Amino acid sequence: MIVAKRKPFEEIKGLIKGYNKVLNVGCGTCVAVCLAGGEKEVAVLNAELDMARKLEESPIEVGALTVERQCDREYLEPLDAIVNDYEAILSMACGAGIQFVAERFPQTPVFPAVDTTFIGVNQGVGWYEERCRSCSSCVLGMTGGICPVTMCAKGLYNGPCGGTNKGNCEISKDQPCAWYLIYERLEKQGRLDSIMAFTPASKWENQVPRTVIQPGYEKSKADATP
Amino acid sequence: MRLEYPKNIKIIRVPCTGKVDVMHLLRSIQKGADGVYVVGCLEGNCHYNEGNLRARERVNHVRSLLEEVGLEGDRVRMYNLSSGEGPTFAAYAREMTENILALGPNPLKKWVTRP
Repeated sequence: MIVAKRKPFEEIKGLIKGYNKVLNVGCGTCVAVCLAGGEKEVAVLNAELDMARKLEESPIEVGALTVERQCDREYLEPLDAIVNDYEAILSMACGAGIQFVAERFPQTPVFPAVDTTFIGVNQGVGWYEERCRSCSSCVLGMTGGICPVTMCAKGLYNGPCGGTNKGNCEISKDQPCAWYLIYERLEKQGRLDSIMAFTPASKWENQVPRTVIQPGYEKSKADATP
Repeated sequence: MRLEYPKNIKIIRVPCTGKVDVMHLLRSIQKGADGVYVVGCLEGNCHYNEGNLRARERVNHVRSLLEEVGLEGDRVRMYNLSSGEGPTFAAYAREMTENILALGPNPLKKWVTRP
């Protein structure tokens, strides 16, 4: 899932300074699961904003609406009817959701209330760890299911480097060497030949905005292209 | 025991302090309460294993949220005692009341409209 962190309260308050009627839009998918921007987090932030602005003698009206997903047009439709009642929108979705809301309502200022942080896994309640950098050229099949782009400090495709030190990375003794882990796992699986295969450099497609069209769904993009 | 504790305290019963949510505490202050305190079982004695430990984490979170907003975090506290400690319950009630009296009334009270 996409993991986000709520922005510091002072920053959020600063973003909507001068607006007196703001709609806070939560997202019910990834950011709700990682406890950053779902219905409950919207309620907490709105309560904080309400109290802070009253203490400053400049009360604000903050509306709340949490949609299933802000990255999907059909779920943004309910906003159409109410968006004009507000001067600005706060979005607690990931960066993709925030941009999709801003794209739908270009006349309305849209502000982020969270910092989108990574694609990660749930290690425990409220505890998340990064596992994927969405590099567009997955090598997990060759690396025993351990991503060197994410887990290696240098993102090496062909490691380890000279900085590997008894299982740890040279950057910190608390940071395991990804390539050491890869070696150990492949050895257990009897697939060490896999580590010898040379992986060419990534095309680093992630330097430009990417588009994915799943097989069998080419029509929707073709129809939308003038 | 017929113990006395300050009359301005309103008790809200919950099955376990683990039931107390951040929003319950935050909304109480938002709606003008001068203070809120959560009284849970002794740490290590939770019938649901860690309900009171979770409550403490939430109380601490709310304290930091209030500080962010510009209010005193000490308007929200957590206390622990066993069900057999009536005198301690009364003592904590007095302690919390004195703490709130020292902080003064909730400045948000003037914004609260009652039907």
